[in-house]
Amino acid sequence: MTAAAFGALIPGAPLLLGLAGLLIRPGDDDEHHTPRRLAAGLGIFGAAVALAVTVELLLGATMPLAANTHWIGIGDIDVTLGFSADLAALYIALAVGVVALFVQIYSVAYLHDDPRYAPYAAQVSLFTGAMLLVVTSGDLIGMLVGWEVMGACSYLLIGHDRRLPEAPAAAVKAFVVTRVGDVGFLLGIALLAVDAGTTRISVILTHDYGHGTLTAALLLVLAGVAGKSAQFPLHTWLPDAMAGPTPISALIHAATMVAAGVYVVFRLYPLYAQSPAALAVLGVAASITILLGALSATAQDDLKRVLAWSTVSQIGYMTGALAVGSPAAALFHLLTHAAFKALLFLAAGAVIHAVGTNYLSRMGGLREHMPITFWSFVVGLGALAGLPPLAGFWSKENVLAAAAHATDGSGPAPVWVAWLVWVAALFAVAITAWYATRLLLCAFFGISRAHGPDGPDWEVGFDDAQYTPPHAPHDPPGLMRWPILLLAIPAALLGLAAYAPGFRQALELADPHLGVAVVLPLVLLALGAGSAWWRWRAAPGTDPALVLGPARPFLAAGFRLDDVQNRLVVRPVKQLARLARKTDERVVDAAVEGTGTGTSWLGELVAEMHRIALPWAALIVFAGALLLTVWFGVAS
Amino acid sequence: MNAYQVMLVATVALPAVGAGLLSMLPAKRAGIIATVFAAAALIPIVALAFAADDDDGIRSGAAIHPWAEVDLSWVPALHLDFHLGVDGVSYPLVALTGLLTLLCCAYTMWRAPAGGSPRTLLVLLLILEAGILGTFLSLDLILFFLFFEVTLLPMYAVIAGWGGEDRRRAARKFVLYTLFGSMLLLIGVLTVAVHAGTADLVALTGGTGLTKGTQYAAFALFAVAFAVKAPLWPLHTWLPDAHTQAPTVGSVILAGVLLKMGTYGLIRVGLGVTPLGAEWASPLLGILAAAAILAGALICLRQTELKRLIAYSSVGHMGFVLLSIATLTTTGVQAALLGNVAHGLITGLLFFLAGAIKDRAHTGELADLGGLRETAPRLAGLLGFAAIASLGLPGLAGFWGEAFAVVAAVERGGVLWTILAVLAAIGGALTAAYFLRLLRKVTHGPVGTPVAPAIAGAEWFAWSPLVALTLAVGLVPSLVLAATSLPVEALIP
Repeated sequence: MTAAAFGALIPGAPLLLGLAGLLIRPGDDDEHHTPRRLAAGLGIFGAAVALAVTVELLLGATMPLAANTHWIGIGDIDVTLGFSADLAALYIALAVGVVALFVQIYSVAYLHDDPRYAPYAAQVSLFTGAMLLVVTSGDLIGMLVGWEVMGACSYLLIGHDRRLPEAPAAAVKAFVVTRVGDVGFLLGIALLAVDAGTTRISVILTHDYGHGTLTAALLLVLAGVAGKSAQFPLHTWLPDAMAGPTPISALIHAATMVAAGVYVVFRLYPLYAQSPAALAVLGVAASITILLGALSATAQDDLKRVLAWSTVSQIGYMTGALAVGSPAAALFHLLTHAAFKALLFLAAGAVIHAVGTNYLSRMGGLREHMPITFWSFVVGLGALAGLPPLAGFWSKENVLAAAAHATDGSGPAPVWVAWLVWVAALFAVAITAWYATRLLLCAFFGISRAHGPDGPDWEVGFDDAQYTPPHAPHDPPGLMRWPILLLAIPAALLGLAAYAPGFRQALELADPHLGVAVVLPLVLLALGAGSAWWRWRAAPGTDPALVLGPARPFLAAGFRLDDVQNRLVVRPVKQLARLARKTDERVVDAAVEGTGTGTSWLGELVAEMHRIALPWAALIVFAGALLLTVWFGVAS
Repeated sequence: MNAYQVMLVATVALPAVGAGLLSMLPAKRAGIIATVFAAAALIPIVALAFAADDDDGIRSGAAIHPWAEVDLSWVPALHLDFHLGVDGVSYPLVALTGLLTLLCCAYTMWRAPAGGSPRTLLVLLLILEAGILGTFLSLDLILFFLFFEVTLLPMYAVIAGWGGEDRRRAARKFVLYTLFGSMLLLIGVLTVAVHAGTADLVALTGGTGLTKGTQYAAFALFAVAFAVKAPLWPLHTWLPDAHTQAPTVGSVILAGVLLKMGTYGLIRVGLGVTPLGAEWASPLLGILAAAAILAGALICLRQTELKRLIAYSSVGHMGFVLLSIATLTTTGVQAALLGNVAHGLITGLLFFLAGAIKDRAHTGELADLGGLRETAPRLAGLLGFAAIASLGLPGLAGFWGEAFAVVAAVERGGVLWTILAVLAAIGGALTAAYFLRLLRKVTHGPVGTPVAPAIAGAEWFAWSPLVALTLAVGLVPSLVLAATSLPVEALIP
């Protein structure tokens, strides 16, 4: 077996084991632990196999790997079943495998009393396999399969919690919004495939497209990217998706699915580099997303929503890096972000597990009770804000440097796009530092606000682990603790990999250079963090977000873009649907029914006419005869 | 006669003989006898698949190269020959018909719907099977018409005899509407037969012997006739009523294979016999198909009844198939063949599940259902699978037909077809929206009407092949397309 065929196990193992897992009977009774153990075993084993094969290939195989076989020919279009991976793809697969494995282990404890754990574990496996398929597929259709299966699993997992009334709606929203983007994705793939006569990526990348076709196809693909990677204007599903269990947020909404869009642009980058128009659109969307996400994150009261909006903003950094012509920086930030955001979500799960609420306004003073979780948060939030020497500092620095570099017009994108991305990214550094500090202060410092102003009877919200909060919060059990601790290592140190020549070459990353350019973001970081801290000092125990004043509800609602989306898309579609149904019933079907009743009526009329009395009948016959005689008489 | 010719005749004859025997034998063991005959009919169908390998004697000049064929003179004065044959275009549909009839017979044996006697229903199912198989296998235009008509009255009887409360009106509408289509088909068939001097499809394919004007007229007649059957918007309104009122097995056969006679006819007869007419009318056909996709999806968004929603979803799905055909590209016609089979599998499964839910909850109103995953997790899982397959998830059967309908429209090129591709893709997103709405109403949320979770053995027997094939065709689409590229290329002008 060649290395490439062996590599097919990377997506194959989790996919097959996930399908098998779906067949397990949901263990509804408490006595039966077998289905539960089997489900956990299949899930963990699938992720472990994918991870092991990835590591094996990273260490041993000669790059790049490619293997493909004919899948099906439809008309003139040749679809292949292909595996293709270079070092960069394998690094992404490594990140996905690690996070997926940790999430599976973590979920065993987090969902310890959930009767629907078996399908959950299987869906996580399927999801992991689908993401790995996107990463390693050598064919656009294979990539599309992974892309959509991921969406479907995300739908199922967000809607997992039976006790959250908002979960089903959030799940539907997540799937439908991304599916709207996929309208473009499919059309883009169709344009690329029809022109090249195949869906094989290696052929498509070298195919010579016309300028118009290429730009149209790439812009259409960007619509799909915006949907999956939660970029403006299709980002609205991600904050709501926090209704899913927290480990799911760590896997789907931090490390994998939202990164898939970035990866697809990275994969097709040789084409994007030829189209300044597509890059300009990407850059504008990225700049808006960076600021939109960061500003919305400042005003959230829900811990997970802060992280969700920060994800929106951080993915914006990645697409921004792509727009200014630095796919390497985008990929580097993708990897560090996967590490620190997965860490943050898993640690947030530990907090929610311990205090039974998502609301920052009901936390406080957790530092003494949960030291491990606290320090994990410090590392994660530090990396998020870009504090040296944590991982996020290095990758964010790369993005900023790439944007600054592109402002001299050397990149594939127009100069103004580079300026836009650079300025937005700089501003967001300060805002990110501000909300990261606020989160840390509100959750872990000050006094406990667990017993709110209305007494202790407030147990609502995203308490998705079916859990009664203990009297004193404590660090999570081992199965949850170890994944958090292990993820803290890459979140802290992954940035230093930029100094490892092998890694740098794999990503085609520039040498790390710590010049004067570093000073500006660091000053902004200090400014952001300092102002939040100063506010906390000035008025201890009050939420620094109070400083936002009347703007807070507006920011908390994500600039009310949900309302805009409702008014511009959802309501018109609903009205159109109502109109379509009415037209169908009152025009189309009524015409058919009318033909039926009309015919019966005509029949009755004729029957009636047959029954008229003889004198009248005779008169009519004679009149007819007369008419005909006159007619023909005139004619002749 | 060689073995394959015997198999070919047996494919049509076995269900017919079964129906005859069944109506004479005592009613006691009707279920078993019908199931045995339906299963027996699958044997020649499976055997015919091996005939595909023997296909080396490709005749020069002809556009149809059947793997096996039987040609017996019947009524020469009417150009009527008993001419049957199977090739890559018809085989998948033949297999689908055999499979679905077997599943329906077994299901009826376990749970006969209220109404007339189960024996009569089984007899009707077998007659239907014979008629549908005959339609797919006919290589003579007059014979094609005869078989096409054979299916009409049994379906009418199934709806009128075993349907819901408003069954008579629905059945009447179904039969009158499709009879109207058949009348046009008859005129079209006779026009072609008279002008060409033969009704042999092998000779007719490619439009030989027909003038441009005749082709235009004949295609117009064919197109309307098949559009009623398929159905194509705006000739679809018999479908929701028929489906809502029909018993489960009736819906499964109706959606699974009966509608496919329309799309198959359009490919085999419309494209084959009158290619110039098809070329002339394809833009209009494409526009109507795109309208069907959007109208079907939008109407589904506002449906409040489970079976009616699935019925309207068929309008949208068949819209994709018709759009594929209208592109007149090899990609399109192959996508249509895949879409046909996928829709048969998935919608068949959806109707089985909808029937199971309605039987248990005694209501199909979405507002009264809910929380199915709490009360019946397995049933909810299957419904979720079928719905997700139906919305065209890649990796499952429904994807290929729909995605490649869009690809084919893009391939055809030009402003009109690009717009149609965009509209079809938007229809795909709307399809996701209404199926998720359905799932949200039925499986999520608080428990509406409690549903018994136990799934009977006969239900597993009827459903699991459909589930497995949905996955199999999704992963290995060449199961359907293996032998289609040559016959399809021969059809494309």
